[in-house]
Amino acid sequence: MKLELHIWRQAGPNESGKFEKYEAKNLDPHMSVPEMLDQLNTQIIKSGGDPVAFESDCREGICGQCGFAINGDIHSPHPGTTTCQTHLRSFKDGDKLFLEPFRAKAFPIKKDLVIDRSAFDRIIEAGGYIGVNTGQASEANTTLIEHDLAENAFDAAACIGCGACVATCKNASASLFTSAKISHLSLLPQGKPEAQTRVKNMVAQMDTEGFGACSFTGACEVICPQDISISNIVAMNKRWRKAL
Amino acid sequence: MLDAKIPDGPIEEKWAKYKASAKLINPANRRKYKIVVVGTGLAGSSSAASLAELGFDVEVFTFHDSARRAHSVAAQGGVNAAKDYKNDGDSVWRMFYDTLKGGDFRAREANVYRLAECSMSLIDQAVAQGVPFAREYSGYLRNRSFGGVQVSRTFYARGQTGQQLLLGAYQSLMRQKSQGNLRLNTRHEMLDVITEEGKTKGVTVRNLDTGAISSHACDALIIASGGYGKIYYLSTLAMNCNATAIWRAHRKGAFMAAPSWTQFHPTSLPQLGSYQSKLTLMSESLRNDGRIWVPKSPDEKRPPGDIPENDRDYYLERRYPAFGNLAPRDISSRAAKERIDAGCGVGPMKNAVYLDFKDALERDGKPEIKNRYGNLFEMYRKITGMDAYEEPMMIAPSAHFSMGGLWVDYGLMSNLSGLFVLGEANFSDHGANRLGANSLLQACVDGYFIAPHTVMDFLANTEPTAKNPGENWTALAAASEKKLEEHLGKLLATKGNTTAEEFHKELGKTLYQKCGLSRNRSDMEEAHTELLRLQERFSTDLLISGKAGGINFELEKASRVEDYLEMALLIVADALQREESCGAHFREEYQTADGEALRNDEEFQYVSVWEHTGKNEHKFHKEPLHFEFAEVKERSYK
Repeated sequence: MKLELHIWRQAGPNESGKFEKYEAKNLDPHMSVPEMLDQLNTQIIKSGGDPVAFESDCREGICGQCGFAINGDIHSPHPGTTTCQTHLRSFKDGDKLFLEPFRAKAFPIKKDLVIDRSAFDRIIEAGGYIGVNTGQASEANTTLIEHDLAENAFDAAACIGCGACVATCKNASASLFTSAKISHLSLLPQGKPEAQTRVKNMVAQMDTEGFGACSFTGACEVICPQDISISNIVAMNKRWRKAL
Repeated sequence: MLDAKIPDGPIEEKWAKYKASAKLINPANRRKYKIVVVGTGLAGSSSAASLAELGFDVEVFTFHDSARRAHSVAAQGGVNAAKDYKNDGDSVWRMFYDTLKGGDFRAREANVYRLAECSMSLIDQAVAQGVPFAREYSGYLRNRSFGGVQVSRTFYARGQTGQQLLLGAYQSLMRQKSQGNLRLNTRHEMLDVITEEGKTKGVTVRNLDTGAISSHACDALIIASGGYGKIYYLSTLAMNCNATAIWRAHRKGAFMAAPSWTQFHPTSLPQLGSYQSKLTLMSESLRNDGRIWVPKSPDEKRPPGDIPENDRDYYLERRYPAFGNLAPRDISSRAAKERIDAGCGVGPMKNAVYLDFKDALERDGKPEIKNRYGNLFEMYRKITGMDAYEEPMMIAPSAHFSMGGLWVDYGLMSNLSGLFVLGEANFSDHGANRLGANSLLQACVDGYFIAPHTVMDFLANTEPTAKNPGENWTALAAASEKKLEEHLGKLLATKGNTTAEEFHKELGKTLYQKCGLSRNRSDMEEAHTELLRLQERFSTDLLISGKAGGINFELEKASRVEDYLEMALLIVADALQREESCGAHFREEYQTADGEALRNDEEFQYVSVWEHTGKNEHKFHKEPLHFEFAEVKERSYK
C-alpha cells in the first residue's frame, strides 16, 4: 500500500516548523507506524536528506517513549493504543496522514516529532514516591491489602508516562498523569502517611510546570493507552482540598 | 589472575560472613566519595538510590529521556522469591538448586545461593515501595508458577511486573534526587571508561541532545546497562538496547564472560515480514494455562479449531511429561525449532507454533482467564488483530536475554578495579540458561542488596580522588574526549551507501542463522568470515546523515552497531571454543540420541572469559566452576 505523509519538520526548539510532504510506497499493511517511518527514513537518508526525528523504544506499548498525533488523533486513530501499536491496516491505501508532535507548553519540541517530557519527572520528584529506604521493609505479608484495593491501585499505577493525556487536553492539563500516581500510592496503606504532603507538592509542581487546569472534558480518559480513569482526578481534587 | 573472591565456609553462611567482615565508611566521610552509575533500569536505579541513601555522592547517566523508560519496564511475568507462601515445599535451597540446574550447572554456586537468599527481602522492599503485586481475596500476596520449577514462587503485578518494579526503583531514585543526594543526567550515553594506573576513575559521555562530549571523575563506577540480545536485530528487546557501555569497558580492560550465551524466549510473536523491527514477547506466564502444539502433519491445511485432538502434537507434553508446557525456556525454544524445522510450523511463514487456551477457557471460564492474562490477550489483539479467546495464539522463539556479560567477582566487581557491573550487563548468576522471573530478581538484588555492601567495602580501601582528580586525570579525560570526537567525525565522513540499520539487519541475520538457537562448527566458521567482511564494509560503506552536534539518532545507532559488529565476532569465537552443549548453547555436534543437550563436565565445567588485546583480538581465560554443595547431574525435565 502507499500513503501520503505530511510530517512536522522542526530543526530545533527555537526554530519554526512546518509540514513537509512525503510519498511512502511499498508499505505492508501489517507494519507498525514506527516501522513505516524506519522505511521512510532509509529512503530519506539514501537521497541525502535529514531523516525524521521520532522516538520509540520498546515498540510494544509499555515504555511510554513513542507518541505523536496522526491526523489530529493522539497516538492513534484507535483509543487506548500507543503509536507503536498502531498498524497501517488501520488506514486505507492512498490515505493522507498528518503526523505532528504532541503539543503543550510544558512539552517543548526538541526536533521534528521529539518532545521534552521532563516536566513529568519533576512532578514525580515532587512527591510521587513512598519514602522508604532500602533495607527497612518489614515482612511483606504483615500488611494485608484487600484484593480489590490492590487492583484499583494497579489500575492507576499502570500509567506509562507517555503524555497523551496532556496532548489531547484542550487545556494541556497533566491532571490525569498526576492523579494516577497520587491514587496509586495513596490508596495503599504504605503510601497513606505521606498522602497529604504528596498531593500538595505534586499539584503545586504540576502548576509550576505550566500545565493547564482540568475542566473535565474526559478526553484524556478516552485516549489513555492504559485506560486510566478520570475518577482519579476527582479523588485527587478531594485529597487536595482536605490537605489544605 | 581470575579470583572470584568467594568467601569460604558453608554456602548458607557465605553472604552473612561477607557482610559481617565488609568494611564500612562513617556517614560523614561517605560524601567525599563520588560514584557514577550508568543506566537507570532496575539495577542502575536501585543501586543509585540505595547508595545515595547511604550518603555517597552519586551521579547517574542514562541515554533515555527519562529514567523510567529503561527496558526493565517491558518484563511481564513476574519475580521469583523463596517465600514458600504456598507451603508447597519451596525453600532457599530448592530455589538455589532450581536456578543452578536451570543454568545447566554453568553458574557459580555461591552467587546463585545468594540470589535465592536475598529474594525474600526484595519482595518486602517492593511491597514497601508500593508495588501493587497480585493479592488473594484474603489480602495475602498471590503466587503463580513459571518454567523450570515445580513450586509456585513467582510474584506478579498482572503482566506488567517489570514496569511496576521499575517504577518503584525510579521513584526511589527521584526521591533521592529531590533530596539533593544524586544528580541525574538523561539523554547521556557512556562512550568510554577512564582508567588511571589500572583503576576505574571516570567516564566520558556524550550528550545526545547537543552532541557535547564531557568527562566525569569517579571513585567507583557502576555499569548497569542491560543486555545485548538486540545484537540479533530481531529480538524481544527495545530498539535502543545496546552493548556499547559494556563493550567500551571491555576495550579498556574489563573481561567479557560467556558472551555466546543468549537465551531465545519461546513465547514471542513470530516474524511476519522483512520490514519488522522487533519481535514482541508474550509473557511465559501464559504457559501456565496455555497448551503448546503443532499439527502432526506438515501438510495440515485446516484452521486450528478444526484440527481434532488426534491430529495435534502437544510436543512439550509428549517429550517432557513431568514439566510439560512449563519446561525451561531453552528446552521449549529448541523443541519448537525442532518441529518448525520438521515442516510442522504454523502461520503464513510456517515459523510459529500454537499456544492454545481452549482447555483453560472451558475449565476456568473467560472472566478468570481475562483476570489472569487480560492485558496480554489485549496486547496480542493490538499487534496481530486476532482474538486469542477465539483462536490459539501463534508464538515463536526469539532472541531475548544475555546470560553472558562483563565478568565480575562475588562482590560484582570486574577485574578492572573500581568497576562494578550489575544486572543483565554482568555474566553472573544464570549459568547457560536463565529461568523465567529470575532476571527482575537479579537486577534488583544486585542493586538493592549487594552493591551497597560491596561498593562501600571497596571504597573503604580507596583514597577518594574524584572530587579533586588532578592533572594526570585531566589529561587522560581530554585525550578520551578528543579520540571520541575524532572517531564520531570519522563515522560521519564515511559517506557510503548503507545505513546503520541495514548493517544491523545483516548482522542479525548472520547470527540467527549461524550462531543462534543451535550452532555447529562449519556454520560458525562461515559466520566468522561473513562478519569480518561486514565489519570491513561498515568501515567504508556506512551512510549517516547530519552532523555531530544536536540530535542525530543515526549517529547514535551507527556507533552502537559498530560495537555490535566487534562483539559478534567474540560471540562466535566463544561458541566455537565450547565444544559441548549446555543450556541455551546447543552445539549440534554434541547431543544425546534423543536430541537433548550433551554436556561435557570434564572439559567444559568453566566460564569462558575473554581479555581484549586489540581490535578483534582476544586472550582466552577460564574460571573453573567448583560444585561443593550441589550435586551436578544430567539436566532432565522428563
